[in-house]
Amino acid sequence: MERDGVAITGISGNLGRALAKLLHGRERIVGIDRRPFRGRPKDLEMHEVDIRRNKAEQVFQKGRIRALIHMGIMHDPRMSVEDHHSFNVLGTTRVLDWCVRYGVRKVVVLSSADVYGPSPDNSNFLTEDAPLMASQRYSDVRDLVAVDMYAQSFFYRHPQVETVVVRPVHIVGPSIKNAPSNYLRIQRPWTLLGFDPMVQLIHVEDACAAMVAALRPGVRGVYNVVGPGEAPLSAILRELGREPVPVPHFLARPLLGQLFKLRFASFPPPELDHLQWGCTVDGGRFAKETGFAPRRTMKETIQSVVGE
Amino acid sequence: MALSDRLVSALRSWTFSMVPSAPERIQKIPTAKNEFGVDPFGLDVEFTVAALAPFVWLYQHWFRVEVQGIEKVPPGRVLLVSNHSGQLPFDAAMIGVALLVEHDPPRAIRAMVEKWVPSLPFISSFMARVGQVVGTPENCRRLLAADETILVFPEGVRGISKLYRNRYQLQEFGQGFMRLALETDTPIVPVAVVGAEEQAPALTDVKPLAKLLGFPAFPITPTLLPFPLPAKYHIRFGEPMRFTGRPDDEEASLAKKVQIVRGELQSTLNRMVRERKHVFF
Repeated sequence: MERDGVAITGISGNLGRALAKLLHGRERIVGIDRRPFRGRPKDLEMHEVDIRRNKAEQVFQKGRIRALIHMGIMHDPRMSVEDHHSFNVLGTTRVLDWCVRYGVRKVVVLSSADVYGPSPDNSNFLTEDAPLMASQRYSDVRDLVAVDMYAQSFFYRHPQVETVVVRPVHIVGPSIKNAPSNYLRIQRPWTLLGFDPMVQLIHVEDACAAMVAALRPGVRGVYNVVGPGEAPLSAILRELGREPVPVPHFLARPLLGQLFKLRFASFPPPELDHLQWGCTVDGGRFAKETGFAPRRTMKETIQSVVGE
Repeated sequence: MALSDRLVSALRSWTFSMVPSAPERIQKIPTAKNEFGVDPFGLDVEFTVAALAPFVWLYQHWFRVEVQGIEKVPPGRVLLVSNHSGQLPFDAAMIGVALLVEHDPPRAIRAMVEKWVPSLPFISSFMARVGQVVGTPENCRRLLAADETILVFPEGVRGISKLYRNRYQLQEFGQGFMRLALETDTPIVPVAVVGAEEQAPALTDVKPLAKLLGFPAFPITPTLLPFPLPAKYHIRFGEPMRFTGRPDDEEASLAKKVQIVRGELQSTLNRMVRERKHVFF
């Protein structure tokens, strides 16, 4: 008889594929994504559906799924706010409702340490109970905060489902194309003159290992997930041999705003906050309760953005 | 930091020339540093040694700091509670230099800085590299758990930006430090600083300008800030004070304990001001 599977939404993204690779052979994986899964192993069950559609419900209905890892969250700064919101927030509420309806016992929702938001008055190591301030400043992260909060409320409304919200620090890796990885690939990146915040990174494979650790029975709740440590932004750029271009912060925002509008830049101006202030977190609880420890060193993690 | 390597090494040798024992003393500073030379809070000891140079010079030749009772700072975690004055935090810097240069073993102080400091360019990264952190209870708790030396000014901005006519009159104390001391069972060492009030006597505070610039105050002083007058500094460390009680006690009982520390500091200040011979000598 077939084993009960682990469903992964957003499996076709770079992070999803890394997770599938890690779980392949250990679990029966059920992939859900509206994008095709390039390089999919033949024995991996894949459903090319939009998570907002009823067709996706059938996957849960028939698929005999014991756990869900929900990464179907999209960040595309060029996408309209409505599309973003509908896909991310509506999609999440629907998927989680199906989990209740079809008896999925474990749900791992991928959030991000970004939900706290960079700020000059942040503590150096934010714990899970810190307020989620990011939504004040970033419309793009607002969805992520909404998803995170929804998953938390789910935790109380459906105690029979073991829900875990993981908030990893910036995920980087050779194939990862998120803002932090892209930023670290620029040879002459902007920095903000006179600011040098501490930065935490986690290698994509460590981030995947953390999500797998969260699958363990008994683990439930909200957890920050950190990589091998923290370093000043300047030290990370030096490690990569970058030549930073310091820009005064009061010029950088309007300038980047214009460049972004004209499509000369792919980073929206609020991302500059990450170059100015810290948003570093304490991952101690997750490490203690799951035994998770990153395998990559800080240097390996940094170097991973330029390929293995 | 945009300081070139040459400048850093020049500053380092300056520090070493003023404090010949510095190389051995650095070895004795217990900090958890990673492969990038910083501790988890961003303190960079190498950078600090370089950045220290002008402050050591001020300590030795400008303020000619006289220190008493530094041996009373006990090993392990400690909260140094000091009076704050002088418009710019040279008082914090001088306490910091004293503990690095004159205490054995040297101790790198972590001052709890105002929340607006990290929003200032250069100052934010400078403060972080020399080990100062934003004054949130969470940061303080974490550093105390790591047996660090915390410097707090419970008067905060009320103290540092007060006018000259209010010199050596302690302003209202915040209660946060006492709550943390009780919670973490940390001894409190009162540190009285005399001299900082005279480094930049503020005649008036232009509040609208301060508001416009987002500063806590905009003082008008005879010298133009940030340049301090060469007042003679006296720093006196008191006996460690230990308090017991519940950190979540009602305000009134916490306030009583805070008043004990404040009273102790005020009477030491009064004595020191009476005893000093001259403001500048």
